[in-house]
Amino acid sequence: MEIKLQNLTKVFQAKDKTETIAVNSLDITIPAGKLIGLLGPSGCGKSTTLYMIAGLLKPTEGKIFFGDEDVTEKAPEDRGIGLVFQNYALYPHMTVRQNIMFPLENLKVPKAEAMVRAQEMADLVGIGELMDRKPKQLSGGQQQRVAIARALVKKPRVLLLDEPLSNLDARLRLQTREEIKRIQRETGITTIFVTHDQEEAMSISDEIVLMEVGFKRQVGIPQDVYDMPENLFSAKFLGTPPINLFEGSIKEGKVTLFGGVIEKTKAKDIESCWIGIRPEGFLVDKEGPLELHIDMVETIGRDTSLVIKDEKNNTRSFRVIVDSSNRILPGDKVKFSVKPSKLFLFDKVTGEKLG
Amino acid sequence: MLEEKNNLKAWLYLSPALVLLAVFTFYPLFNAFYLVFLKDFNYLLREFDGYTLLGNFSYVVRNPNFKQAMINTFFIVFVSVPVSVMIALFVSVALNSIKKLQGFFQTIYFLPYVTNAIAVGMAFAFIFHQDYGLINTFLGWFNVNPINWVGTGASWGNAMFSLLVYTIWGGLAFKIMIFLSGLQSIDKQYYDAARVDSTPRRRVFTKITVPLLSPMILYIVITSFIGAFKAYATVVGMFGVGLGPAGNPKSMITMVALVYDALEHTGSIGAISEAAAASIILFSITLLFTIIQMWVSKKRVHY
Repeated sequence: MEIKLQNLTKVFQAKDKTETIAVNSLDITIPAGKLIGLLGPSGCGKSTTLYMIAGLLKPTEGKIFFGDEDVTEKAPEDRGIGLVFQNYALYPHMTVRQNIMFPLENLKVPKAEAMVRAQEMADLVGIGELMDRKPKQLSGGQQQRVAIARALVKKPRVLLLDEPLSNLDARLRLQTREEIKRIQRETGITTIFVTHDQEEAMSISDEIVLMEVGFKRQVGIPQDVYDMPENLFSAKFLGTPPINLFEGSIKEGKVTLFGGVIEKTKAKDIESCWIGIRPEGFLVDKEGPLELHIDMVETIGRDTSLVIKDEKNNTRSFRVIVDSSNRILPGDKVKFSVKPSKLFLFDKVTGEKLG
Repeated sequence: MLEEKNNLKAWLYLSPALVLLAVFTFYPLFNAFYLVFLKDFNYLLREFDGYTLLGNFSYVVRNPNFKQAMINTFFIVFVSVPVSVMIALFVSVALNSIKKLQGFFQTIYFLPYVTNAIAVGMAFAFIFHQDYGLINTFLGWFNVNPINWVGTGASWGNAMFSLLVYTIWGGLAFKIMIFLSGLQSIDKQYYDAARVDSTPRRRVFTKITVPLLSPMILYIVITSFIGAFKAYATVVGMFGVGLGPAGNPKSMITMVALVYDALEHTGSIGAISEAAAASIILFSITLLFTIIQMWVSKKRVHY
């Protein structure tokens, strides 16, 4: 089921009549059968978007289509969605089986059939043997699966997950995100999930939708968004350690940083712009145009992380990741060149990509 | 050493409450269990004629008002508690689902709680007045002849009905307040989840609201049962110390009234012991019902 958001806008009005635009004319098309991550920092409107798709929040403007059907005015129960809440919202007084069967009972599915379907779904998410437990007797990860089973058992057209992994510990999170991916593949259901964790979004999404302050910033395959950020926000939000940003200039098609020409560009001349270089974008190169003074060296084994003070601003430092075969000590002066594919230029005012 | 010192201090701080409790609660409580076994106790001379196991209880049971008191008390308990709990539940769910004027209505519903029972009783006595009362005026619009609810010679049924209406109304305030606070502490996501799963309203109420509210419901049912077993002020408020409509005195007598009745003749021999026996009978019945409720609730209450 393809989902189309058209000019979707949500304005919240506080008691003192001040208005907050949580979601600002969002236009997104979500392809059928894919796992889509809505990614952004807290307050970017991603959860609001999810709840508008679910129908629990009413859009101020815009339309939502499931396939060709306009569902904007439809109540949540008529949309055919499955929703997994951030804290799962499992009914505490019901057993796992009762929880999973609850949506089926609402739809007046015969009891025998409901039992079979609940068991099938529980087996799919891997909690088949926990059917008679109460939610309190389950771990966070197990509760999560019950919530997914409850959302999927009525065969919804769309599965929506709100921060599905945020309540799990680090190890469970890894395991569960693979599980979500597997369940999505096996069921082939169009799935949208919300997260503020870039790693989580990048690792399991077929596509990510990057949002900031209610605006869509970039949509695409995770690797594409990482490799080709369209704006400063995309570049800054994705990647650990984060991208290094420097003030620099473009003159006659040459990008200059710390006095050295590090790259040629087709972009127009500009007095001052942001130069973004991924930490892995530096190459140790005796002929390189950048000579940097190494402040600290952190060896991880596979590669080495160098901390370097910003020449222009001594309070700031940035990180460079190089292959550990380069033996570098603190205090060394090292020459670098920059990989063109890891270098991005952004306008200082608009944050848009240059060149 | 340090701990012991603190202990002493703790006892010191507790002592005012403990002394008051000891003098006015614990002593009378245990004293009742002592008095009940005294034979022909003379309160004024503090003399008694040996001990008896059941003698004082048999006095109570043979009291001509005992049967009526039991009937009335059980009637009040088993009608007013379920009815008022249900009404309170519906009112609080309704109140919880509105946004506008919620605070206003909350105040209105809470007013009976802060109003004196005797004063309200008198007001209700007037509401049920045969000639000027609101009820009969209202019924008059439908050509119903004035009913003698609480006036001279009013029947037991009419008087009991009036008393129950008053008791139920008076008990609503506290229950609604407790239910409302319980409802407000239920996570809204359960209702969102239920909506997404197209749960019909009735099922949301019976399958989600009631189970999640069940600890509050149990608390209210138990305290209401105990409160209803102790009914007395309501009767006095509505019918005065006659404990019934004029011409039909004591027809509304309750178990607690029986205790007070016995105490009225404190001077006469054995009256105090009879009062003790009556109160212990009431205590035993209340205890029994509370235990049954706790036992039944084990399966039905979800914490």
